[in-house]
Amino acid sequence: MKSIKFIIAGILFGIVMSKSEAISWYRIQEMFRFQDFHMYGIIGTAVVLGTIATLVIKKFNLRDFQGNPIVFTPKEMSVPRYIIGGTIFGLGWALTGACPGPMFVNVGFSYWAIFIAIGGALAGTYLYGAIKDKLPH
Amino acid sequence: MLEFISQPWPWYTSGIVIAFVMVLLLFFGKSFGFSANLRTICSACGAGKSVKFFDFDWRSQSWNLLFLVGAIIGGFISAEFLSSGEPVQISQATIQDLQQLGISAPDGMQPTEIFSLSAAFTLKGFLILLLGGFAIGFGARYAGGCTSGHAISGISNLQLPSLIAVIGFFIGGLITTYVLLPLIF
Repeated sequence: MKSIKFIIAGILFGIVMSKSEAISWYRIQEMFRFQDFHMYGIIGTAVVLGTIATLVIKKFNLRDFQGNPIVFTPKEMSVPRYIIGGTIFGLGWALTGACPGPMFVNVGFSYWAIFIAIGGALAGTYLYGAIKDKLPH
Repeated sequence: MLEFISQPWPWYTSGIVIAFVMVLLLFFGKSFGFSANLRTICSACGAGKSVKFFDFDWRSQSWNLLFLVGAIIGGFISAEFLSSGEPVQISQATIQDLQQLGISAPDGMQPTEIFSLSAAFTLKGFLILLLGGFAIGFGARYAGGCTSGHAISGISNLQLPSLIAVIGFFIGGLITTYVLLPLIF
């Protein structure tokens, strides 16, 4: 039971990403071409509701199901790290049409070619780990 | 009911459920960030022996790997049981733009020009997926998160760094869309 709840949360995520077509290369192209509201609607709704939920959790000091305080770790401020890293990420996102979550949802959809992208993503993660001290952060 | 489920869902259902998943993970004592799994998998494969960045107790992140397994199952359930098999309903303008690049109108979820095995195992097709994936993995860790960690969790927590990262996502995405794709296709 302890671990099954994470699988169920993942299933929910996988289903909704599929059913709203957010795992589709076509939808990501449509988003980067600003030709439909669909993807902005998805991200926008999630952010508005997420912001309200985060404010409520902080305001009322809500605790998690185990009774521990819910903590939000602030992200360390930097510009080059987020701009350069983000841009590299975006180059790949528009090319494969899938960010890390949808990559794996596509496996469930039997698009086996996505394993090439997953292999690339693991290699990219490894290279970052290997050279991170030489990069501007 | 079944008919409704098998149709594509409107954007707000997706936004609501994604926010729900984020909040659910917070109440499970975790935080929503998918790309951390890539680091965890590297570590579980023994990358910690050669690179310090991967030398951590990856088992502490196994909850996120379970989430990843769930995401795959969710995709499978959608494809097998909840899908009408209709093509993705993108706008006419996008269809026309993509046709000029030589990518046909949607026939299912993904373009065959990129995702069919016959396309993926040409040199060009293989490199598109490999290098695209590589940039995603490298960029996500460099920026400290992906769409879930920055665009959803981070901006919901009003983090300026996350907003900067999302601006970066769009700079990269626009370069690929308007510069790289016309060169590649």
